[in-house]
Amino acid sequence: MDDLLQEFIAETRETLEALSGEIVAWEAAPTDRARLDAIFRFVHTVKGSCGFLDIPRLARLSHAAEDVLAAVRDNKRVPDTALVNAVLAIVDRIGEIVEAIDAGAALDDASEELLITALAEDATPAAVPVHVATVRASSRSVRLNVDLLDRMMSGMSDMVLARNELARRLRDNVSDPHVEAALERLSLTVADMRDTVTRTRMQKIDALFSALPRMVRDTSAELGKAVNLVIEGSDVELDRELIELIRDPLAHIIRNAVDHGIESPADRLAAGKPATGRLVVSARQSGNQILIEISDDGRGIDVARIVSKAKDQALRTEAQISAMDEDAKLDLVFEAGLSSRDTVTTVSGRGVGMDVVRANIEHIGGRIALCNMPGRGLRIVIHVPLTLSILSTIIVSVGTQRFALARQSIEEIVRVRGTQVRIDTIGDASAVAVRGRRMPLVSLAALFGLGDHDPGTLVIVSTREGDYALGVDDVLDAEELVVKPASPHVMATGVYAGQTLPDSGLPMLLLDGAGIAHVAGLRFSALAVAHDEAAADSVAGVQALLFDDLDGKRRVIALAVIDRVEPVATSAISFTAGALRLAIGGAIVPLHSVGTIGDREEVAVLRLTDGDSEMAYAIAEAIEIVELPPEMAPANGGGPIAGVVIIGGEQVELIDPHALFAGEPVRRASRPVCLLQSDSSGWMETFLKPALEASGYRCVTRLAAGETPAVALAMEDGPVEAVAAPIVTLRRNREGTGAQDHSIYRYDRPALIEELARRVAAQAGALQGDSAPYIRAVTSGGAR
Amino acid sequence: MELFLIAHIAGRGVAIPAEQVGSVVDIGDVVAVPQAEAAIRGLTALRSRVVTVIDTGTALGLAPTPETARRAVITQVDGHDYAILVDSLEDVAPFERLPLSSGLALNHGWAAAASGLVDRDGEPMLVLDLAAVVPSSLPALVA
Repeated sequence: MDDLLQEFIAETRETLEALSGEIVAWEAAPTDRARLDAIFRFVHTVKGSCGFLDIPRLARLSHAAEDVLAAVRDNKRVPDTALVNAVLAIVDRIGEIVEAIDAGAALDDASEELLITALAEDATPAAVPVHVATVRASSRSVRLNVDLLDRMMSGMSDMVLARNELARRLRDNVSDPHVEAALERLSLTVADMRDTVTRTRMQKIDALFSALPRMVRDTSAELGKAVNLVIEGSDVELDRELIELIRDPLAHIIRNAVDHGIESPADRLAAGKPATGRLVVSARQSGNQILIEISDDGRGIDVARIVSKAKDQALRTEAQISAMDEDAKLDLVFEAGLSSRDTVTTVSGRGVGMDVVRANIEHIGGRIALCNMPGRGLRIVIHVPLTLSILSTIIVSVGTQRFALARQSIEEIVRVRGTQVRIDTIGDASAVAVRGRRMPLVSLAALFGLGDHDPGTLVIVSTREGDYALGVDDVLDAEELVVKPASPHVMATGVYAGQTLPDSGLPMLLLDGAGIAHVAGLRFSALAVAHDEAAADSVAGVQALLFDDLDGKRRVIALAVIDRVEPVATSAISFTAGALRLAIGGAIVPLHSVGTIGDREEVAVLRLTDGDSEMAYAIAEAIEIVELPPEMAPANGGGPIAGVVIIGGEQVELIDPHALFAGEPVRRASRPVCLLQSDSSGWMETFLKPALEASGYRCVTRLAAGETPAVALAMEDGPVEAVAAPIVTLRRNREGTGAQDHSIYRYDRPALIEELARRVAAQAGALQGDSAPYIRAVTSGGAR
Repeated sequence: MELFLIAHIAGRGVAIPAEQVGSVVDIGDVVAVPQAEAAIRGLTALRSRVVTVIDTGTALGLAPTPETARRAVITQVDGHDYAILVDSLEDVAPFERLPLSSGLALNHGWAAAASGLVDRDGEPMLVLDLAAVVPSSLPALVA
């Protein structure tokens, strides 16, 4: 953590220095959008870093400043002198606090409240706080210009080559043991030195990943989510400079994934997913790139919502949007100023982020790709160019040439002579069988036109698509090599991942295993991969939720019965009409409770459904999802307990949902359909739909085939289509036009909901004469 | 007046703008790059750098530069170093850059690579743009 803090301090200090010019420029021209963006990004970055470094004071200051700057960006506030001064005072204060943290000195926080209140719109100009002279602590680390490191690196390589040449010449001419001993010492020093110099540039990507578990933990705890983080490939080495440049984008993406991507445990259960979300961060080298992949199994990106946001925020016109394909629409998430979220949290802020993320990554010559699976998750792949990388390689020879091959892509090396390898010709293609396993063979000599002799050694290369055998003459050596990108003409062949200059002084090419398979025309079927996934997905046995019941006992209930798990206010539970009932989402459902709710304010309920009717079961706490053992000891008595099973060595009572539902009167769980006759403004979808959904309606803007609405809504001046349902008209003005006006003011929520319920009940009564769907006018309380 | 390096390529004298010339070297061993286009002779080491060697004759659509050619002009295009093989080199001298004479029908790669003329004591020479010698008609690199 200390490392991270030091890096944060150094970085903030450096950004502040770079920013000082921008600040002065912004002061002179407060409407300059570019300057405003620069300062906005600075406070946003500080805010982000504070989030996981746990520096609440800085977080509060930067969040306040960010709020104001966002308002300016959205043209909600005018950057007048008072606002500029207040923001600059905060930027200064951030600098002071950072210096104080570095020096380990205490800094009085009395004036910070003043600084924040000075940001308010109606604030009187605050007195500029007295600046405390802070002392910079001396540090054992320095920040160097990368050019300097580059020159050191190439100087080092020259030195190695000079040493090699010297050694060659001495070997030919001199046989003085003293000279040889001196040369030996020189060699050792040079090797040692090269190692050190290389280390100044390279760093394991672990340096980037080590902060993630804490960040994910804190973020998910703050949001009440459960996230299981899996990190893979943390030993991939990357240029230190790149690691620094990826740090912020990666943090943004991870926070977004936890905040926007992964749903709350209740929503996940409702969607048929495990309560705990899964976030996989992996790094691997592929060709001449390092791929950093962040995938979650959350809800993915709602493209339709992104599009309507872009429309609402006038980032794109209707015509532009209709011309876009699906990918282009998805790309809108990278648009500056677009936020996909309606509410602002301290975690992700407001949709800055993705535009900054892409800008940062493209700045280093990388790119970012999205793979959106709505409802199932989002995969983000950051492609980072291999500007410089040390790879563990093996050297293979073909004819007179040598090539390097990344070790990580090699599964096995086998000699052709021997009984375990057989080379077959199938049609005009070659295949090998290694210990009975058949795979395609690519002869490098034939592919590269370096002779048509049979390969002496096979290198089994594994690619993402499949494995194949690469035939070479011999495997010579294993070497750690500094790999750099080759010129575009070399890369265009598709078979090389980069070039390197080993100690021999002769350039060598690094082969790209996947590229060779592609150029050689190998086609792997996706069968093997699909098989793996299917195996991982299919879980034998019945899944069930283990929970602590209100009477303190641990019980288990089949997962399929649970619609969702959610906390409800105990005020929504009451003993009415002879039974416990829970008012939730505009409906009343029977509640089963084995213990007293006591004086808690909130209680978790399992919302159970048999697909037709619904009921609730109050519990103390959900524990985890388990697999039910096949054996169960049946219960002796009645009641909603089916029997006892062993879970984790303990006896646990299994709930009998059949008994639960058998004891309750039937109530339909299906919700009446409300047709929104929306105009182009999107007001109904944006404002009205959530309110109505929360009250138990299902809102549609277009009817699916065979669907009949229970009620329809229309604006007084909007389009009204004839439908087989009562139409409730909404007006824009608070006051109606007289006694004949049956329209309802569009923000009069209680009246609207009551009217809808009345019409639905009347309609249903007219049609069926019984069992009207129960819709309660919800104004507060019961609706979550 | 502009400085030009006078060189001979495919038996003809050309003037290379001096600002495009990184250095002039005799290259060492060249490592072939299988699968690369014909104009790429291979890779060679220039101190600690790896440079891509261009067969200038082939790149200009003329007869290939002989395998024995060692003399090369080093230039940098888009951050990569290239060694452009030449037959021989003369001197660096200031010349006035003249527009290409109208009606001059250049063929092969000369048309793309020539960007003007200089007059050396009455002998006209093409001004050769080194960046245009480096093959540029590449398939898309970004997968």
